[in-house]
Amino acid sequence: MTVEELFESQNEELARQGALENRIYCCTAAGCISCGADGVRHAVADEIERQGLKGKVEVCGTGCLGLCGRGPMVLSSADQQVYGNVTAADAPALVNTTPEARAPLADRAINPDDPFYAKQERVVLSGSGRIDPERLADSIAQGGYQALAKALTEMTPREVIEAVKGSGLRGRGGAGYPTGLKWELVAKQIPERKFVVCNADEGDPGAFMDRSVLEGDPHRVLEGMAIAGYAVGAQQGYIYVRGEYGLAIQRLQTAIKQAERERLLGNRVLDTGFQFRIDLRIGAGAFVCGEETALIASIEGKRGQPRQRPPYPPESGLWGSPTLINNVETFANIPPIVQKGAEWFSSIGIEGSRGTKVFALAGKIKNAGLVEVPMGTPLRTILYEIGGGIPNGSKFKAAQTGGPSGGCIPEQFLDIPVAYESLAKIGSIMGSGGLIVMDDSTCMVDVARFFMEFCMDESCGKCIPCRAGTIQMHDILLRATRGEANEEDLAMLQEMAELLKDTSLCGLGQTAPNPVVSTLKYFPLEYDAHIREHRCPAGHCKFEAVAAAMEGTE
Amino acid sequence: MPANVPSAGVATAPKDNREKMLERAMSRHQYSGDALIEVLHTAQELYGYLSPTLLKTVARKLRLPPSRVLGVASFYHFFSLKPKGEHTFVVCLGTACYVAGALGLVETLERRCAKAGQTSPDGKVSVQTARCIGACGLAPAVIYDGAVMARVTQQTLSGELERIGVQ
Repeated sequence: MTVEELFESQNEELARQGALENRIYCCTAAGCISCGADGVRHAVADEIERQGLKGKVEVCGTGCLGLCGRGPMVLSSADQQVYGNVTAADAPALVNTTPEARAPLADRAINPDDPFYAKQERVVLSGSGRIDPERLADSIAQGGYQALAKALTEMTPREVIEAVKGSGLRGRGGAGYPTGLKWELVAKQIPERKFVVCNADEGDPGAFMDRSVLEGDPHRVLEGMAIAGYAVGAQQGYIYVRGEYGLAIQRLQTAIKQAERERLLGNRVLDTGFQFRIDLRIGAGAFVCGEETALIASIEGKRGQPRQRPPYPPESGLWGSPTLINNVETFANIPPIVQKGAEWFSSIGIEGSRGTKVFALAGKIKNAGLVEVPMGTPLRTILYEIGGGIPNGSKFKAAQTGGPSGGCIPEQFLDIPVAYESLAKIGSIMGSGGLIVMDDSTCMVDVARFFMEFCMDESCGKCIPCRAGTIQMHDILLRATRGEANEEDLAMLQEMAELLKDTSLCGLGQTAPNPVVSTLKYFPLEYDAHIREHRCPAGHCKFEAVAAAMEGTE
Repeated sequence: MPANVPSAGVATAPKDNREKMLERAMSRHQYSGDALIEVLHTAQELYGYLSPTLLKTVARKLRLPPSRVLGVASFYHFFSLKPKGEHTFVVCLGTACYVAGALGLVETLERRCAKAGQTSPDGKVSVQTARCIGACGLAPAVIYDGAVMARVTQQTLSGELERIGVQ
C-alpha cells in the first residue's frame, strides 16, 4: 500500500460505513466475552439476517467499551448510544433504532453525560470501542497508519525524536523514564543492528490496561513500534506478551499478518525505503520478566533473570545490540503525538506528567472497568465521579496503585492530583495503572502480606536480599495476621524493608517493601491491633492459634 | 476460542501427529536454542505437560544442555512438569479477586479436590492459582477448563463441582 492508497482506502471505508443505517459494536474484550458477548454478537447477526437488513445494518466486535462491571456492553452507531448488561434476547431491540423498538433497553442505556464518560479523555483508547480490532480497514478508517506515513514521508528520524521529546511523554510501564530521551540514546548508538521491543508482560495483579489496548486496537501498537523503529534505526521489533493473554495474542497475530499483507510492515513499508518486521514472543508466566533485562533474557530463550545494569539495554540489550524497550501504552501514545504534534500532547496533563493515563479500576468500586484521564486528575474524581464511589454504603479505606511495587493511599490524600511526582511523594507510585479500591472490610496487614507473598513467589532467586528477604518479611507478616508477632518483629520488618530497598539487584526486590512501608506509615493502628491486642479491625484475620492458647489457660 | 488463559492441559492433537508437529515447530526456528521457550510452549500444547523424556528430546534437538532446558521449564509458571487432571480450575489471585474473596474459593477447592498446584488423587481435578488474569472487572474470577467464570460465589463453584461429580 502506498501513502495515497492509504488515504484512498480510508475514504472508501468511511463511505461504506457512512452508508450503513446502523453499525452495532459488541464489546468482545475478555471481560465481556466471559459474560456472554459472543452470544449477543451472534444473535444480532442472526437478527439482521432474519429481518433482511444485510447491507443496511452491520454487527462487529470491538475493543473495551470501559464499563467492564456491566458487561456485555454494546454501542449502536445510529444514535451513539451505549447499553450495558445486554443479552441475546435484546437482538431485535438493538437492530432497530426506533424509540419503540428500543424501549426494552431503555433502563440499560448508559447516559453519555454520565461522569464515567464525561470526565474521561480518550487518547490511547480513542479507537477502542470504535473499531473492529480484527479488521485493518476499520483501523485505517480511524486514521490508522497515517502517523507512520507522516513520519516516513515528511519527517527525519531526528524530527520524530524531537517531537516525542517535546511532548513530555514518559514511560507508562511504571518507572516514568522520559521516552524521548530513551529513543535518543538508542538512535545515537553506532551498531547497525538494533531492536525495538514492546513490553506487554503486564504482570501487576489488578492491571489490565495493556491487555485492553492490545485486544481493542492492536494496529495502533504496531504503528507506534514502526515509528520507533524508523526513529532509532531498527528493522526488527518484538512484542513480548503474557502467555495468559490468549485473545490479545490471537489479535496481534491477525494484525501483524494484515499489516504485512498491505505492506504497512515488512520490506518496503508504505512503498518507502524503510523496512520493519514485528514478531511475537509469548511469555511463560514470570512476573520478573517485566524487568527489562529479564525480559531480554526471556526473548533469548533463557530463564528470565535480571542482570546488573549498566550497561542499559539502549547500549547493550537483545543479543548485545542496542535495544529500545517501551511499554504497550507508551507505544500507543506515539501515533497521536506524531500526527497532532508535541504541543497538542503537552497541553494535556500537568507539569512533569503530560498526556493521559489509562487506569484499570477494580476492587470495591461501582464502575469497575477501564478509564483514561488526563494526568493530574484528582484521585477523588477518578474514584467518586468516574468510578461511582464505593458500593453498598461501605467506607473507603485505601486505594492501591502500582501493584506489588506500589503503596496504599489513605483517605487524607484523596485530593492529590494523580501524577508521577505527587504519588511518589506519598510513598506510592504511578505504576502501570492498576487502581484497586479497598473498603473497611479489607485488612491492611493482610494486604501487605498478600503483596509480599506475591513478591516471594515471583522472586527469581538470583540475588539474596530479594530471595531470602521476601521470605523473611512474609513470615513476619503471616505471623502478624495470626496474632503471633511481637514488637521486635515489627522493628525487624522495618529493618528488612530498608535492606531490600538498598541492596536488591532489580526493581522487583527494591520495591517489594513498598506496600509494607506504606501500610505501616498510614495504618499503624491496624498493625498495633494485630500485635498488641490480637484483634483485626477489619474482621478479616482469624487468630485461631491465639484463641486456642487462651482457652487452654482458662 | 474463549478468553483462553493457562491451557486446560488437554492434548488436542492426535497422538501420531504430535511428534511431527513438534519437529515442525523446531525446524521453523532452525533448531535455534534461542527458541527454547517457543518450542516448550508448542510441546506443552501438544502433550499437555512436559515429561522428562520430552524435555530430553527437546534438549537433544536444540543442542542445549538438559540442565538449561529443565532450568527454563521449571522457572516459568506456565510450564507444567506433571500431567494435569481431567478438569482444571485456575483461581485468579490478583488483587481485585483477592479483595473480592478469592482465597475462600481456593480453600473450598483445596478441601474438596487437591492442594493448589496439584491434582486430585483420582486424576479428576487440577487446582491452580494465577497471578491476575486481567479480568478484574469480573472479580472473583475462576478459569474453568479454559473459560472464564465471572463473579464466582461458593454456590456457583459448588454447583460446578457437583456437576462433574466431585463429592
